[in-house]
Amino acid sequence: MPDIEYILGHMNYWLFTVLMMTGLYIVVAKGNLIKKIVGLNLFQTAVFMFYISLGKVTGGTAPIFPVDMEIDPSVAYSNPLPHVLILTAIVVGIATTSLGLALIVRIREEYETIEEDEILKIETDLVHVENKILGEAMGGRA
Amino acid sequence: MRHHLILRVVTKLLIGPIILFALYVQFHGDFSPGGGFQAGVIMAVAFILYGIVFGLEAVQHVFPSWLVHKLMALGVLIFAGTGVASLFLGYDFLDYGAFSPHHPSHGQHWGILAVEFGVLVTVTGVMVAIYYAFAMRRPAISDEEW
Amino acid sequence: MATEHVHVARTLMDHLPVLVVLVPFLAAPLTVLLGSQRLAWPIAFVSSLVSFLISIKLLMQVIDGGVISYHIGGWAPPLGIEYRIDAANAFVLLLVSAIGTIVMPYTVQSIKSEISERHHTLFYTMYLLCFTGLLGVVATGDAFNVFVFLEISSLSTYVLVAMGAKADKRALTAAYDYLIMGTIGATFFVIGIGFLYAGTGTLNMADIAAHISTNGADRTIETAFAFIVVGMGLKVAIYPLHLWLPNAYTYAPSAVTSFLAATATKVAIYVLLRFMFSVFQPDFLFEINALRWIMIPLALVAMFAASLIAVFQSDLKRMLAYSSIAQIGYILLGIGLLSATGLSGAIVHLFNHGITKAALFMGVGALVLRSGSSFYARIEGMGKVMPWTSFAIVIAGLSLIGVPGTAGFISKWVLVQAALEQGWWPIALAVVASSLLAIIYVWRVIEVLYMAQPADPTRREAPLSMLIPLWIMALSTIWFGLDTDMTMSAARAAADGLLNGFSIGGTSVGH
Repeated sequence: MPDIEYILGHMNYWLFTVLMMTGLYIVVAKGNLIKKIVGLNLFQTAVFMFYISLGKVTGGTAPIFPVDMEIDPSVAYSNPLPHVLILTAIVVGIATTSLGLALIVRIREEYETIEEDEILKIETDLVHVENKILGEAMGGRA
Repeated sequence: MRHHLILRVVTKLLIGPIILFALYVQFHGDFSPGGGFQAGVIMAVAFILYGIVFGLEAVQHVFPSWLVHKLMALGVLIFAGTGVASLFLGYDFLDYGAFSPHHPSHGQHWGILAVEFGVLVTVTGVMVAIYYAFAMRRPAISDEEW
Repeated sequence: MATEHVHVARTLMDHLPVLVVLVPFLAAPLTVLLGSQRLAWPIAFVSSLVSFLISIKLLMQVIDGGVISYHIGGWAPPLGIEYRIDAANAFVLLLVSAIGTIVMPYTVQSIKSEISERHHTLFYTMYLLCFTGLLGVVATGDAFNVFVFLEISSLSTYVLVAMGAKADKRALTAAYDYLIMGTIGATFFVIGIGFLYAGTGTLNMADIAAHISTNGADRTIETAFAFIVVGMGLKVAIYPLHLWLPNAYTYAPSAVTSFLAATATKVAIYVLLRFMFSVFQPDFLFEINALRWIMIPLALVAMFAASLIAVFQSDLKRMLAYSSIAQIGYILLGIGLLSATGLSGAIVHLFNHGITKAALFMGVGALVLRSGSSFYARIEGMGKVMPWTSFAIVIAGLSLIGVPGTAGFISKWVLVQAALEQGWWPIALAVVASSLLAIIYVWRVIEVLYMAQPADPTRREAPLSMLIPLWIMALSTIWFGLDTDMTMSAARAAADGLLNGFSIGGTSVGH
């Protein structure tokens, strides 16, 4: 039987899960391409938070050596490794976001809309036209 | 932004300190939080702020598009080139000990300085390039219609 | 410090594991820095050729079961990042770099018609970055490094797919969908690695494996397994997660499609294999259930459903994309059988299908160059005006079916053997039955190419720079169908290496 302390003690996991699912929901449910990118960002940020919370040591301070390089053994330091990993992941996230937005700009220029259902309609029309021309060329099958 | 006198004056005053702060973050990265990534973004902010307030043409006069692209590539080459240099000195890839065989910790100072400089150049280039890439597109909706 | 011990100077041969990734990585910014369209291609070609030669050398060093461990920055694992080459990844390195090199001469003419002039230099940059990423994913022995390289290759892939927008604007939405799906996949993967790190406290794959085999798996590690399999499953295009693939392959420029179809999904499968068999041990019950009750049914569905969809396509390129999903089903089936034979069947099919699909997509690219489209209606009768291209497509098509004497036969044969070994004859039968579907869709192509009158008899054969790579690929499907020593022994060594995990890995050959 998980008690209240257990639930509160895993607060970072709860928050991470809620944030992550919110992001994933936005990606799946929203039809606007930019909103999807926002959802994707939220989703990625949730993972960053998860990693950073992994590195936290209770009572630990920032993992920076004192200038004289004399480390006091009684001082606890947080684990810096997840932070470093997330620095890389943030850079990847920025690259993904900017590439996604750049694609949206190009899609806007070609389709004149950024709503998924309208794009889908344009594409379906394209396929119909294609099938019509090709169907005739193939003698009516296709 | 022609009429916003205050913005223009404040921006002009701020750009110097912003670049100075970027260099501080860059070179103090050995001892405190900081380094090429953060410094690169701060450096790019100086150019992007200038671009926002004074217009794209003005900033591209100072920092032309082709230069931005070359800098992006150059930074990566500086980073990787540091690794290749250590490789030719008979050490593992990116083993900065190579630059000062008798005092590996000195070598590491030199190595991290070179690598962080590469990161600074690339990140500045990339951030400005992203700004240019979006700002240079002709807007689908003109400003008056907002 | 890293080098407090007496330093032994390294020679160039010791650096091969990192050089294979580093050479294309250096070449990529160089093409931008020089900014010259004439120099971009030679740089890209020479650097992929160098990578190819290095991976041959690496495979020769490790084929007898050795392991090369390379420490980036001189920091020893598990703290430092390790590049770790064994038979399994040397084999995949060879596949990726070989395809990357052979596709190179083909790109020159192909992109001239499919990508606008001002993007040509950047095309080679993106191509080299994608190549670097794929090689890096395979070479590294560090779990987080896999993610970084995976994203390098994925991000450049999205750009490469979007470059097809000159021919068809749907390339943009295809690239966008791929970006969303691919990023979700990569993020799932990184969550999995986060759980692994939380559970074991290390990121080095060998170290994680050692930790799991001594301490057993707990709930955290099981969660990690689930996230990693789903995340990679998106990149592999396991059947219900395949939706990005048909559009991305159809609308990408032909050169890109032939490179990606042969390498990108294969590398993702390698990562899946590496994590399933080396990092998590297969005797860990959760995984056996996952493989047996999830992987095999999905593989069977993919084999039939995707083949059936392929039969009804009216676009050759899209048909081949669906057939790729079906073929991935075969590979997953081999993995799901959980035996050394099944695994070597999966690895050899990974290789054989890679070269077969590369040949087919190259052939499609040549047809597109001359007819402007890959719809069946547009390429009718091309067998008469482009005999060399069409015949190469037929040879590769036979290998896709699995006709004896072609590479496709060997791998399907091994898969059937593996299924029979376990007494699962319905699965063996399913492999044969789904190959019958392949006969139908390949036959339709032959019918279109040969049994109709060409719409425009004045069309010429494709240029030699496209025909030669195409025929190298087509002939190699026959070569590897007749001479199976090299592929089968490498696949066996790879399967053994994977099944033994990292237990044999203490000794490093390189140092």
